[in-house]
Amino acid sequence: MTAVTMTAPAGAGRRTGSATGQLAGTRPLLRLALRRDRIMMPIWVIVLGASFSSVGKSFASLYDTAARRAELATSMNANSSLRALYGPVFNDSVGGLVSWRMVGFGGALAAVMSLIVVIRHTREEEETGRQEMLSSAMVGRRAPLTAALLAAMIANAALALVITAGMAGSGGGGAGAVALALAIAGIGMLFACTAAIAAQFTESARLAKGLTAAVIGAAFVLKAAGDSATDDGSSVLTWLSPIGWAENVRAYADERWWVLLVIAAAVAIQAALAYTLAGRRDVGMSFLATRPGPAQGRISTAFGLALRLQRGSLIGWTLSFAVVGVVFGGLTGGAADLVGDNAKTQEIFERMGGQSGLTDAFLAAMVSMLGMVAALYIVATVLRLHGEETAGRAEPVLAGGVSRIGWAAGHLAIAFGGAALIMAVGGLGLAVGYGHELPAVLGASLAQLPAIWLLGAVAVLLYGALPKAAVASWGVAGICLALGWIGPAIDLPQPVMDVSPFTHLPKLPGGTGMEWGPVLALTATAVVLVGAGLAALRRRDVLT
Amino acid sequence: MTKAITVAGLHKSFGRTHALDGLDLTVETGEVHGFLGPNGSGKSTTIRVLLGLLRADSGAAQLLGRDPWNDAVELHRRVAYVPGDVTLWRNLSGGEVIDLYGRLRGGLDRTRRADLVERFELDPTKKGRTYSKGNRQKVALVAAFASDVDLLILDEPTSGLDPLMEEVFQDCVAEERARGRTILLSSHILSEVESLCDRVSIIRQGQTVETGSLADMRHLTRTNISAELAGAPNGLAHLPGVHDLDVQGLRVTLQVDTDKLDAVLKSLSASGVRTLTSTPPTLEELFLRHYATDAAGTAGTTDSGEGVGVAAR
Repeated sequence: MTAVTMTAPAGAGRRTGSATGQLAGTRPLLRLALRRDRIMMPIWVIVLGASFSSVGKSFASLYDTAARRAELATSMNANSSLRALYGPVFNDSVGGLVSWRMVGFGGALAAVMSLIVVIRHTREEEETGRQEMLSSAMVGRRAPLTAALLAAMIANAALALVITAGMAGSGGGGAGAVALALAIAGIGMLFACTAAIAAQFTESARLAKGLTAAVIGAAFVLKAAGDSATDDGSSVLTWLSPIGWAENVRAYADERWWVLLVIAAAVAIQAALAYTLAGRRDVGMSFLATRPGPAQGRISTAFGLALRLQRGSLIGWTLSFAVVGVVFGGLTGGAADLVGDNAKTQEIFERMGGQSGLTDAFLAAMVSMLGMVAALYIVATVLRLHGEETAGRAEPVLAGGVSRIGWAAGHLAIAFGGAALIMAVGGLGLAVGYGHELPAVLGASLAQLPAIWLLGAVAVLLYGALPKAAVASWGVAGICLALGWIGPAIDLPQPVMDVSPFTHLPKLPGGTGMEWGPVLALTATAVVLVGAGLAALRRRDVLT
Repeated sequence: MTKAITVAGLHKSFGRTHALDGLDLTVETGEVHGFLGPNGSGKSTTIRVLLGLLRADSGAAQLLGRDPWNDAVELHRRVAYVPGDVTLWRNLSGGEVIDLYGRLRGGLDRTRRADLVERFELDPTKKGRTYSKGNRQKVALVAAFASDVDLLILDEPTSGLDPLMEEVFQDCVAEERARGRTILLSSHILSEVESLCDRVSIIRQGQTVETGSLADMRHLTRTNISAELAGAPNGLAHLPGVHDLDVQGLRVTLQVDTDKLDAVLKSLSASGVRTLTSTPPTLEELFLRHYATDAAGTAGTTDSGEGVGVAAR
């Protein structure tokens, strides 16, 4: 009954073509979205939000005097490679250091959260055909997009609250906390709107996510390049990047509130574009029409099918790794640009890359970053098996002359082989960009593979043995990534760091050189886990 | 004749749900076997067990003389399957999918493929996402009928087809039978079952409640009798197999188990018959009687009177 009273005026509006009719049904759709995201969204908000305050607490205890913090800030700003990664330090208070350390990564992660929420409630609903039935009810043309953006807004607002409260609790409260939280949430909303536009242009939710992720990646790389060139965030390249805007809000350092208006303007412009497109588009269709395909097919094996399905994603990942590799390789030279011999910088580098030589340490840190991103590739690719199975597309293939192992092996070859490919390309890119040490950098990049494979193997095991919990593979990978990204900075105890397979890898290039023991042990563990996962897959029921 | 499919005492549970509860099914080689039952009665579960996609908790199942779980891959070269809900890859064309499935089975007859694409009026160049439900089913049907296999398992294959295509489908099934292939056809379209199937099995709540030829089954159901008599009816109520007897003066309506028809007719003619209408059970009545939860009760049969039968036709 409530639904009727609520939407009746809107329905009346639609007949006259007014704007309210376009939005009819937004409230129930928003409630549906929040209900569906009731687990995912709080986890994102709390984990991401809490990471700010935990970094703050660590800085407060690691660098407990103003002098130590000032020393850290000076050495960080003096080093162009580190600036590329984190941006410049604008203020050496605890809050200022948290902002320095977290604004780029935190903004990018808020963007990823927002893109997942928006695509999930727009293009994914259309692609699965669910939107068709929803839109047959009293649901306006622009209501799904509005509901999705409102859901993203709620998530980002909650994130901003958690960050503000957490920073106040860890010695970095006040206007700076508000500015930092708003900058992060603003970046989230900005990319939520980018995702909303991408959702209008592609018929595939996967492609829409990939396009938005590519824009986020490009923004990050632009900011890195800009920060490498200047130590105050004033480079044109930094200003070309939305993530650079968040940095230029300068939380805790005489906040530039007007930069938040720039972000708000970008949100408004993008939202207007997405709305215009959404209002003119057919449900389920996109502006890029589907082209006809061949009348005869050449795919003849399960592997061929897997390759065909994963081809686009593999190409996208390979290109991204090549670009990121070359750009960060090019920034490597600056690692040695130290003002004097600063022990503190050295220490930071050593924690990240575990190296004594600064250039090697920076390269090692880059290689390990590539490795952690490649872990996301392998998990996503392994979970395609789960997606194919739950969508009902695996069933008729398995009803053909294909064993389960044969079917899974096709996708796994692309997951595990693809990880090797993108790491090789990323390593080559780094070496080319840097211009020296090609064999060492390539080798270092490939040495990351055992840890990546191990995370892929965990996904295979979960998928095979506990298919309903297969998405938990993302959680496992997420924990390892968080340990790798934030762990060294906040000096986590070794037993905690040891949870991540990346901790056990030899620190390459340079250092003590290749250690075969942990590499072989990780690889062997991965092989065992994949074997166990496949054995479980063979024995269980196909999901229906 | 050898058996293409034998299933005995099959049990399968999903958590607390008992999807299959001792199901039996026998399909002779070369026959078209109708597989019927209400929604959720376990038809698709049975088919998935037969395809080795689900592992039965207990009971025996054999497909073409082999074990569907352990010999899945070898068996699948001789089996074509059309699921009820066909999902295609969005970026693969229908033609690509047909050829893929053909290759994943025993191979594809190119001439037959071309012929089927034409008869089903399918555009094989369209991509997966752009097909309607009926066209997605056509993709799966063309792939199945053009494949070089011994057994076709069709799970509600025509639920999205238009009447013209339904006719093409029925022709194809008839051709397959003429070529000696075995077909297990799960369907809710009773006219389809009636015209295509040699034998049918009806299942309910995971158990087989009836199996045999349609003629056999008709024999087991009730015939509606409505008569105007010359004299008062006598002793009809005491005859075995009589249900829902309604006497209004000289007008009598009743239902009688078809194998007990003879005694009723004798009793009626003893009273003298002025008019007599005898309606054989429709296929719908047959199924509705089995589908209704209260299968043993008379209510189900009454409800399934001519009105329903006519409407369903």
